Amino acid sequence: MPPATYHTPSFAEEISNEMYATGTRGLNCCIQCATCSAACPAVAFMDHTPRRLIGMINAGLRDDVLNSNTFWTCASCYSCSEHCPKGIRPSELMYALKRYSIWKNRYRGDLVGPEFSRLFVKTIMRTGKSYEPGYAPAFIFEGGLRGMLREMQFGMKLLAKGRIPLLPSRIMRVESFRRMLSRIVPLDGIA
Amino acid sequence: MKRYAYFPGCSAETVSASYHLSAVEAGTRLGVEFEEIEDWNCCGATPYTNIDELLAHALCARNLAIAEREHLDVVAPCSACFKNLYHTNACLRAEPDLADHMNYALEADALRFEGTIAVRHLIHVFVEDVGLEAVRRKVTHPLTGVRVAPYYGCQLVRPDRHDGYDAAAPRYFEDLLAATGATPVDFPYRLRCCGASLMVANRPAALAMVRDLLRSAVQAQADVIATTCPLCQLNLEAYQGDVNREFGTEYRVPVLYFTQLMGLAMGIGRKKLGIGRELIPPTKVLECVARKAAAAEAPKTAEVSHP
Repeated sequence: MPPATYHTPSFAEEISNEMYATGTRGLNCCIQCATCSAACPAVAFMDHTPRRLIGMINAGLRDDVLNSNTFWTCASCYSCSEHCPKGIRPSELMYALKRYSIWKNRYRGDLVGPEFSRLFVKTIMRTGKSYEPGYAPAFIFEGGLRGMLREMQFGMKLLAKGRIPLLPSRIMRVESFRRMLSRIVPLDGIA
Repeated sequence: MKRYAYFPGCSAETVSASYHLSAVEAGTRLGVEFEEIEDWNCCGATPYTNIDELLAHALCARNLAIAEREHLDVVAPCSACFKNLYHTNACLRAEPDLADHMNYALEADALRFEGTIAVRHLIHVFVEDVGLEAVRRKVTHPLTGVRVAPYYGCQLVRPDRHDGYDAAAPRYFEDLLAATGATPVDFPYRLRCCGASLMVANRPAALAMVRDLLRSAVQAQADVIATTCPLCQLNLEAYQGDVNREFGTEYRVPVLYFTQLMGLAMGIGRKKLGIGRELIPPTKVLECVARKAAAAEAPKTAEVSHP
């Protein structure tokens, strides 16, 4: 019997697997037309345009892709997916890369997105509902002291109009809600 | 009376309470009853999909399964909640394996997803089920001369849904505003993203996106921007100060929910519509409504003085 050989998926295949459930066409269909880049409202703030990022994935430039801020600069507005002439959904690719980089614990330290996502997910695991003031303190120091004062002023303005909740709200059946989620992923360590 | 399972979303309790209030008021006036989904949970927004797709589906599936027990279609006023619930509903219907997986989880909460109901956005309910003619009939204080920028945003029209709307060139928001007597302006950036959660994750990018939208609205000479989403409202209104500081601009454009404009046009009191919670007062709109109210009062006063 010949020795068993295992196919090690390439980086491009790994990312494609992450996108499996989203109904997008494979990245190998990309014709590098840059319609996605032109449709993106946040492209000026990305270190690589969406078109270029797809090219980099197809070329197997794993490290350069994971060091990029591109997918964490995606606001998920789906403009690219709406316009791609080849049926690729770059917005789903951005989601896939976010998941991949969190899963591999490999993302740039200066990005707020990964920690924000984690905190948000934890809050809802605990209470079933979102509570914005709970996340703000974690990122309030991002802009230094001046940024922090500005952020607090901003909060006070909304508070004065009754638009900031003082207490987090929670759903009634939190226990069975958590049991439900634990059937999807193990909750220990998350919440 | 049309009935729907209503999904308020986390922001309805506070930051966008005025959207919630005005949606219910406008609905009542138009014969629509919104029954809040019992013990609903957060839709997961975008961070859930950033972490795990199945978790994101589970959050939405629970809300859908609760609504299914009442055999009512789900209505979400928030565009992001709407998109998430719609997406999960479509995915679970299309993939029985995925639905099985979710039902295994839902069992822990004594729930089951069958895929028997539809997910709708609030504005689609008013435009389609209620109808523009019915809205027009209820208008007592037409917003004549008020120039409104109809801001659809992104989650309302995308991604590729099959609900019969033209995602590239929708018109229904303009038509609804026209039904209230207002003038919908030609707003080129009406389908552009507001930056959403980039306001936390990448502030400079989000502020630039908000600036582009405000510039487009000001160029269109809008008196007010009308939104269909709490996050769009917050980003466009509350961060105008930051935009002005960052780019040296002097924007001061009021941003209201479309339901508030509908409510005002139907003669519903300001307080009931949550007006007064804005950071930038919608002066032009309120003046117009006050003029209409005064005009309606005038003949009555005349009658009293000459019995």
